[in-house]
Amino acid sequence: MKMAQYLRSVFALALLAVCFTGCSDDFVDVESEDVNSENFFNTEEDYQAALIAAYDLLQSTYINVMLGEIASNNTLAGGESAIDVPGIQEIDDMRHTPVNRQLQDIWTWMYAGVNRANYIMEFRDNLEFPGKANVLGQTTFLRAYYYFELIKFFGDVPFQVDRRILFGDEATIDRTPVATIYQQIEDDLNFSIANLPNTQDVPGRITKGAAQALLGRVLLFQNKFAEARQVLDDVIASGQYSLVADFAEIWENEGENGPGSVFEIQYTDVEGASFVCLQCSEGNVAVGFNGIRSFSGPLYDSGFSFNVPTQEFYDSYDENDLRRDVGILNIELFAEQNADYNSGAGVSWVDGFEHTGFYNRKYIARQGDSNIGDQNLTNPNNYRAIRYADVLLMAAEAHNRGGGSDVTAQQYLNEVRSRAGLDPITATGSALTDAIYQERRWELAGEGLHFFDLVRTGRAASAIDGFQTGKHELFPIPAIEIQLAGNRWAQNPGY
Amino acid sequence: MRLLLTAVFGFFILSVSAQQFNISGTVYDNQNIPLGGVNVVVLNTNLGAISDFDGNFQINNVPSGSTVEFSYLGFATVTRVVNTGDALTIIMEEDAQALDQVVVVGYGTQKRKEITGAVAVLSSETIEELKPQRVEQALQGQVAGVQVTSGSGAPGSALNIRIRGIGTNGDSRPLILVDGNVIEDLSVLNPTDIESINVLKDATAGIYGVRAANGVVLITTKSGRKNQPLSLAFKTFAGFQNTTRRLPVLNASEYALLVNESFTNGGSPPPFTSIDGFGQGTDWQDEVFNTAFIGNMELSGEGGGENSRYSFSLSYLTQDGIVGGGDKSNFERKTARINYNLDFLENFNLFTSAIYSDVEGRGILENTIGSVLYNAINNAPTFAVRDANGEFTKAEGLGNEVINPVAQIENTFNRGRTRKIGGSVGLRYNFLENFTAEARFQGNYSEVEGWFFSPIVDYGAGKVFNIERSAVGESLNTFKDYTFDGFVKYEKSFNDTHNVKVTAGTSIFQTVGEFTGQTGFDIIDNDVANASIAQASDVIDNFPNGGNTFDARLLSYFARAQYDYKGKYLFSAVIRRDGSTKFGPRNKFGYFPSFSAGWVISDEAFMENADWLNFLKLRASYGIIGNDRIGDFGFVSLLNGEGVYVFNEELTFGRAQGRLPNPQIQWEEQETYNIGLDARFMDSRLNLTLDYFNRQTNDLLVVAPVSGVLGASGPGGLPPIINAGTVENKGLEAALSWRDQSESGDFSYNVSGNVTFIENEVLFVQSENGFLPGPISFGVGQDQFISRMEAGLPLGYFYGLQTDGIFQTQEEVDSHAFQDGAQPGDIRFVDVNGDGVIDEDDRTNIGDPFPDFSFGLNLTLNYKNWDFNAYAFGTVGNDIVRNYERNQQLTNRQVTSLARWTGPNTSNSFPRVTNAATGNTLFSDFYVEDGSFLRLQNIQVGYSLSDDFLEKLKLKQFRIYTSVINLFTLTEYSGFDPTASNGNGLTAGIDQGFYPSAQQFLLGLDIRY
Repeated sequence: MKMAQYLRSVFALALLAVCFTGCSDDFVDVESEDVNSENFFNTEEDYQAALIAAYDLLQSTYINVMLGEIASNNTLAGGESAIDVPGIQEIDDMRHTPVNRQLQDIWTWMYAGVNRANYIMEFRDNLEFPGKANVLGQTTFLRAYYYFELIKFFGDVPFQVDRRILFGDEATIDRTPVATIYQQIEDDLNFSIANLPNTQDVPGRITKGAAQALLGRVLLFQNKFAEARQVLDDVIASGQYSLVADFAEIWENEGENGPGSVFEIQYTDVEGASFVCLQCSEGNVAVGFNGIRSFSGPLYDSGFSFNVPTQEFYDSYDENDLRRDVGILNIELFAEQNADYNSGAGVSWVDGFEHTGFYNRKYIARQGDSNIGDQNLTNPNNYRAIRYADVLLMAAEAHNRGGGSDVTAQQYLNEVRSRAGLDPITATGSALTDAIYQERRWELAGEGLHFFDLVRTGRAASAIDGFQTGKHELFPIPAIEIQLAGNRWAQNPGY
Repeated sequence: MRLLLTAVFGFFILSVSAQQFNISGTVYDNQNIPLGGVNVVVLNTNLGAISDFDGNFQINNVPSGSTVEFSYLGFATVTRVVNTGDALTIIMEEDAQALDQVVVVGYGTQKRKEITGAVAVLSSETIEELKPQRVEQALQGQVAGVQVTSGSGAPGSALNIRIRGIGTNGDSRPLILVDGNVIEDLSVLNPTDIESINVLKDATAGIYGVRAANGVVLITTKSGRKNQPLSLAFKTFAGFQNTTRRLPVLNASEYALLVNESFTNGGSPPPFTSIDGFGQGTDWQDEVFNTAFIGNMELSGEGGGENSRYSFSLSYLTQDGIVGGGDKSNFERKTARINYNLDFLENFNLFTSAIYSDVEGRGILENTIGSVLYNAINNAPTFAVRDANGEFTKAEGLGNEVINPVAQIENTFNRGRTRKIGGSVGLRYNFLENFTAEARFQGNYSEVEGWFFSPIVDYGAGKVFNIERSAVGESLNTFKDYTFDGFVKYEKSFNDTHNVKVTAGTSIFQTVGEFTGQTGFDIIDNDVANASIAQASDVIDNFPNGGNTFDARLLSYFARAQYDYKGKYLFSAVIRRDGSTKFGPRNKFGYFPSFSAGWVISDEAFMENADWLNFLKLRASYGIIGNDRIGDFGFVSLLNGEGVYVFNEELTFGRAQGRLPNPQIQWEEQETYNIGLDARFMDSRLNLTLDYFNRQTNDLLVVAPVSGVLGASGPGGLPPIINAGTVENKGLEAALSWRDQSESGDFSYNVSGNVTFIENEVLFVQSENGFLPGPISFGVGQDQFISRMEAGLPLGYFYGLQTDGIFQTQEEVDSHAFQDGAQPGDIRFVDVNGDGVIDEDDRTNIGDPFPDFSFGLNLTLNYKNWDFNAYAFGTVGNDIVRNYERNQQLTNRQVTSLARWTGPNTSNSFPRVTNAATGNTLFSDFYVEDGSFLRLQNIQVGYSLSDDFLEKLKLKQFRIYTSVINLFTLTEYSGFDPTASNGNGLTAGIDQGFYPSAQQFLLGLDIRY
């Protein structure tokens, strides 16, 4: 009985305990262990951490680069079959519609980048610390980079600065004219130029030169030649950059972040990735996509045979042009040269869709990286976003087209040609313009710039089969994005 | 005076006409265990006794010809007419169907007769008959309105229980309570430990509040009986398993022929110059399927003293997989369980239980692109498993995702182990006559260990599964939860007419967990023996940014009032207030009411003469239940996304937003009404239960796509959770059973069946584009999502092109709507929108993953010492998508492709084969099949030794039986297993190469001391 009495009091205590712990509604107020975004920026490390997150989306621009090439006359879509990634196939054939997964990826990923940059700017006044100008200078560069990608693809786009676009805002935000956005991009880049050093402590960080070069490109897109000339001349005069003597060296792992690299998007092979979240990969997804299908042989790793250069493009090169077989892999030739591979079995591969015999050699997978799964998505090849050769050619164009000196233009142009083993150009005026355009195509093959070069210089319709003037200069805004924002935005013309 | 006379006279008559004697005897249950505490009453007298610990009883001076009644709660009452004083042996049968059977219905019990909700009860007898290896299998086809599907036939894989359809495209799992303790994973429980499973299907489950929205499964474990000597049972079975199905694929000769034809049709030179000598080639399915062992052993005991009851058990199950062999695919479960109940005083009771389990398993890749079975179907039969040098062949030319499945199995190394201990303690105290207070504490602790090793392996050029750097991963996740319930009951009967019960209480629940893990690289010698984190290099933490813990809580108050008038008119009302950490300050708490009523018509005076009817009750219920099964912290913006970049060749970790916040999210609500009928006819031999229900899920919690400008698509980012939809499930359930026995009792039988019709319809989707896409896309490289959620259609209906046969001639192609690239022999798609062009806008509803109805059939026969049981279940009218064919130019195909189109009028159902691009690989109803099936799930024959033998052996039971699980499946579906489904709203019915259920041949033995 005594036991029972004892237990009875335990029981009474237990009931009381329930009331004390449970009866208060506070019981269901739990704070997350993760930091709340609204009270984050309290230390310099916090700013740095948010900045890294803003950088992250640069890696997802692999698809922008691929489409910039495939949409042009440089390459075909390729892949396994006509229905392998339909979004890419359609863009290659200029039959793309507002329903396109890849365009939606660009749209959503670039806005993720914009929002992450704006997040820092929203809280820019929380704290002062010595390196803050540098942090904000990198931030405005990133915002400019993402907005520039958006307007290159879509024209007028929803626009917001220094504040995140929050859930609910999509119902009211409108497409803003490109002119306004260009102005903001220029302001952002000028801020970066004013606040960034010539060199940073680690490779991959945005520098003053990168901001100048991007500004030059942005100005060129607006045909603001005089301003472009000025800022690009500054880059050249800075003495920070030079052309690497051996063109082939640039594209290997050892050539990354070299003297000719003005801005380079960094990738690594140390972390796995999957198709579920391509934007999460720390590797260059385009490299696996561009790779040789089911390849067995030396030097290269396999891939999905997308983005294959055309015979016409290969043939357009001068035979002596050192860049031809560095930029474009001629697989038949390569097989001949490696007939003794694997005890005489030779090199083998599988022809993909639209097989041309050529691959985008600058960005196909190399052997020797660690190939963590899915190895096609985790290649470490950095994307050389702005090369010094590009700066020279942009400067040449700005001089030539904008009332500058054709002599200077020739000089810049011939610097690039000389490295490729080609004779100097002596033409002037519009002949020089054409030579610069042609040189850009050769020099920058496979780098995702050609389609936009064709569009901005009005040559797209004559170069690209199926290109309709007045329509294909811009890509359609993804239909679902128009719907999700409440069906208020007008679609781009022709779609 | 007259009264006295009558009494004297009566006494005189009695003493003269009736002889009196003493009766005695023993009461046993049907397992020959003495039954103590049985009420023995001599009818029409005030004589009576209660059987003692050994089942013995004695009553003196019993008049000859008297009727003696033996009754015991939960057992069918037995009556005997006594004419002599010979010792009686009484066998009492347990009767789960008895109207006075007590059923657990949530914070209390109710007599079956008084239940006003839709409650199905499955007793231990049924479970014993079915011999399930997992608890869920006991429910498969047994209970109307409950659908149990398996996502895989791999050993130990979980089954999905869905009560009354799928009401949400989120988490549709019911709440499962084992002795009041929340259990998410039933693999830890040994089915034979179960005394009963009660399924609460309608709004009366609302007493359990939040998480009860998808129904509640209440499992009670065995607990022994009072006054029962220790009884031990030993059970074992063992057997072998095979696959239920192999897909008929082309042999090497047929394959070569068809490949050549497809290349020729595509304008390429045929790859095989001669098709002679290929013969049968390799059947890759033969190479990966194997016969596998299964064995089980358990020891259990139960008993009870005057004030106590107890039971315990130990069990061990080992099951190897039918794919990959026992080294690579297996499941091993050890469990230990104890229950102990003690009455300190008559009004003060303690009840405790504890379950420990240790589950270990290994598995192979399944049900996805590149899984072992996917490779077995798609790999070419012309390749041998190994080449002349003994090396694995490399599936050359078959696409990057198809590899040699035997090599794949050999290079698969993983192991998972879950150790879990759960327990409950409760105290009940009766006071002031009508009050009962009860407090219960239930808790679980589990550790889940994982390990994998991925060796350097080359499956062939360009294969996506190639590994060039070996890796090892180790993880340890720990989970803890507890539930504390406290409630007070008031129970009073006024004049035996007005019966009132009121219950009020509180319940708190907390679950916390932590995930840890590391991945390392460069395993020494690429050898599994060295595959540990300790010996690996470049070890990285899987959770460098934190975010590896959770803490979710619930706080609830509830009150229930029950009233009945003479047990004839029954009313019940429940109100519950739930608070959940899943919602923000504005919407943290919700109030959820439910009501129910019953009318026992058979108790009405006007039914008195209806002899054919033993019992008839009408029931109705209505209620709203909240659901909070979403991720934590959806209402607040957290920096738990991914912000990683590379500086100086090294990963640099930053901070980025995770899920977009939605401070507005609130409870999803399920509004259910139910009208039901329970009836018993012809001496209760015929039982019928009918229910009509309508369950509407409002404010569906979904993760809907949002505008890209919000930035949710960044790495680690997620769209917000929103309340955005309404789904309705309505239907009819019927369960009918008939049982009878011969007069001698030598032969008895029981036939039962149930059927459920459910209509699933999405009523509303709050999405700008009017639909939500499912997550699975068709084939490889295509961005065609197979399923959608859209108003006016079933949840997860299949969305694709409709076909209309095959183009026979060029004229037919020309006269048809423009279909890009179409040629004679290609599939003719229907121009649904009539715009003259076949394109993605012509996609439409081409199938429904949910059956029109599902059913179960059960037959039990007992003849003398023999027993027989068979049960089958099936579905009718559901569709399945074949999404396991690679459709690559050199991959293998099913034999159905032999009936391809080869010229005008050769086929109007299977298109020509070609290696060129065609529209035939677009997602269309060509890939959608009828998934209806009937499966004979179990057939079992047993023989028990008769009593005289048993006595010699000093045993109470000795039964030997043989059983076949999955003897056959009738279906027209061409995939591995029509029963397979993951049970999720938007991905149900999409077959990515399911691991088929095993067919098992078992031999078993049950012994009881």
